[in-house]
Amino acid sequence: MIQTIKNFFIAWGSIFKGSAKYYLWLAFLACLMAIGVHAYIGQAEHGLIMSAMRDQVSWGFYISNFTFLVGVAAAAVLLVVPAYVHHDKPIKEIVLFAEMMAITALIMCIMFIMTDLGQPLRVWHILPPPIGMMHWPSSLLAWDVLALNSYLFLNIIVVFYVLYKLSRGEHYNMKSFIGFLIYLSIPVAVSIHTVTAFLYNAAFSRPFWSAALLAPRFIAGALSSGPALMLLVFQVLRKVTDVKIENKTLFRIATFITYAMAINLFFMGADLFKSFYPGTAEGTSIHYLFFGLHGKTNLVPYAWTSLITSIVAFLLILNKKTRENFVTLNIACVLMIVGIYIEKGMGLVIPGFTPDVLGEIYQYTPTATELLVSLGVWSFGAMVYTLLCKFALPVYTGKLRFAVEGKEPHEVRVRRPHVEEVPEEQA
Amino acid sequence: MKKDKIEKRELKINRRTLLKGALAGAATTMLPLDRADASFKGFWESFFQKHFREMTVAEKKQVVERLEREYERKYKKAIKIGIEPAMPGVLFGYGLDVSRCIGCRTCVYACINENNQSRDPQVQWIQVLRFKHKDFLDWNKAEKYYDPKLVPEPGYFYLPVACQQCENPACTRACPTQATWQEPDGIIVVDYNWCIGCRYCMAACPYGARHFNWGEPGLTAADINPNTHYLGNRPRYKGVVEKCTFCIQRSRKGRYTACVEACPVGARKFGNLLDPKSEVRYAMEHKRTFRLKDDLGTHPKFFYFFDFEVGERFSG
Repeated sequence: MIQTIKNFFIAWGSIFKGSAKYYLWLAFLACLMAIGVHAYIGQAEHGLIMSAMRDQVSWGFYISNFTFLVGVAAAAVLLVVPAYVHHDKPIKEIVLFAEMMAITALIMCIMFIMTDLGQPLRVWHILPPPIGMMHWPSSLLAWDVLALNSYLFLNIIVVFYVLYKLSRGEHYNMKSFIGFLIYLSIPVAVSIHTVTAFLYNAAFSRPFWSAALLAPRFIAGALSSGPALMLLVFQVLRKVTDVKIENKTLFRIATFITYAMAINLFFMGADLFKSFYPGTAEGTSIHYLFFGLHGKTNLVPYAWTSLITSIVAFLLILNKKTRENFVTLNIACVLMIVGIYIEKGMGLVIPGFTPDVLGEIYQYTPTATELLVSLGVWSFGAMVYTLLCKFALPVYTGKLRFAVEGKEPHEVRVRRPHVEEVPEEQA
Repeated sequence: MKKDKIEKRELKINRRTLLKGALAGAATTMLPLDRADASFKGFWESFFQKHFREMTVAEKKQVVERLEREYERKYKKAIKIGIEPAMPGVLFGYGLDVSRCIGCRTCVYACINENNQSRDPQVQWIQVLRFKHKDFLDWNKAEKYYDPKLVPEPGYFYLPVACQQCENPACTRACPTQATWQEPDGIIVVDYNWCIGCRYCMAACPYGARHFNWGEPGLTAADINPNTHYLGNRPRYKGVVEKCTFCIQRSRKGRYTACVEACPVGARKFGNLLDPKSEVRYAMEHKRTFRLKDDLGTHPKFFYFFDFEVGERFSG
């Protein structure tokens, strides 16, 4: 046990060993975080009046970011299923980095919720009794707290256990408890985004959110934008580290994205038809989103940007030629992330509140405080992911191995630790 | 065996000590952000204050004493905080005669003066909407910021909307910390010391009745009504949600709400729905009443009705 802790700190040491570029990158992120912290201190002092949110639009940019990031976290499941259920070797080699992205996204989700709270010091009131007064099962927010935290802890346990096993040159057994946790993480991943969609569904006085398709749309959108983000990150990873990720693997993920995006666009079309065609009062919010109401049009550019980028991205990734060309593939990924970031963020949260329940149109545009605090959270997320990767890499690439008692020190050179599987797993 | 028992007893840590230990570090580091004037002990006690419904009467009294001290230090004015419970056999209800309402907003400001809302930024619990006759209850055509020289204006209805005190409230269901709930006399209240300010109740409410303290409430000693109730009009904090409580500090003592007293045309009726002789019951039984967004199944205890023909007021 003590040896394990010692080993952990030895591995931990690797995050301090890096090139000048690595330190420059961390310093850059630290600067952005400092800006975010400064903006947040202003908000803590003066209150959320520093945001553009008001009684009419009581959730804004923070909750928008939160919703998008729940999707990113859930998207890890797109790699977890082929890796662990189908034992797809090339995917299994990189699934660790997807799980670490889920951890990062969840930490960011929690931070966005915290920055949105009026009384962040009282957040412990949401814990179950006897500490807090968690309103479970009535409140969907209580469900969301449970789902997000369960998924966070599952991923932390899985990632660190796998790394621990790897560092000893051992293999983990899918039939053991950790295998159970990995399988469990699949439905929990789906649940975090479903519960988040139900959170909106539950506000039944806001017709824009009351589509039964909301949860399926959330999942489809998440499975497109999340892996698109991973594709970009993986390309950076293989460039700046000695992780080997083959083109074939990346194109494989791109194929998955194509399917997810096709379903996403289909769902979106179904929702648009249902909202627009009848011309009833229920369609007022979506009308405001795409065309504006009474000359108030501040969401219109967002809506069309999102729609156009999503369609262009889909066409680019649908065509095999452009999908297997890194320039066009990356353009497609960026467009897809932009499109879904708007659709699941500002394009989802704000129209729910506009017009408000008494018909008032309050035009919401995030303030500098909201943008800077969000920038801080995003740069914090980037730092967490960087450090997680840095921590995992020596173990992952086989440079770092610890001796196991009663055994000879393990040979160092294991380029692809996941490839060698125990026989029972192949069954 | 005996030793076992002792150890077990020691392990039974109550919720307060557990929290004190776990959060002591966190609390001290975050202290400088807020309440520079409050003592550390005061901060400690308010940080670990229990949910109102979890407190015994003795604990409530203790908390109220502390809060009165805090308010006095903050506003330089003595404030009395009541904790009167609901009276048995009482279910409060409200009636509003739309044909009488002239849209003067007297009730809005009477409410603010009674209930210690923030003056700057201004928080209003009653929102008066103006509709053209033909567009009545078409929310997308409601006007909140109408500003004529004189009211009433021919051709318009006015619809004051505050908390509808639903029997089946969407807001209390949404709250993740049970900081808002329905009292036995039907009033929906908020514990301002338990609300975490997530504003999910505001997303859930179909009537726009819940309001958030986006900034530090702007309230001077001269503005303050010192007769308050813990669940009602005591001064609020930055970052918590508040709402109409049917003037709980008055109604639980058998008084009318401030808006009923202020209305210059007698459009507002308030009383006990369980009392067959109350004005509200009379209105319910003799007028054609309706409730806002009845199709949502929230069952408001706030009834609107028309008392006379539309043209009557202006023709004669």
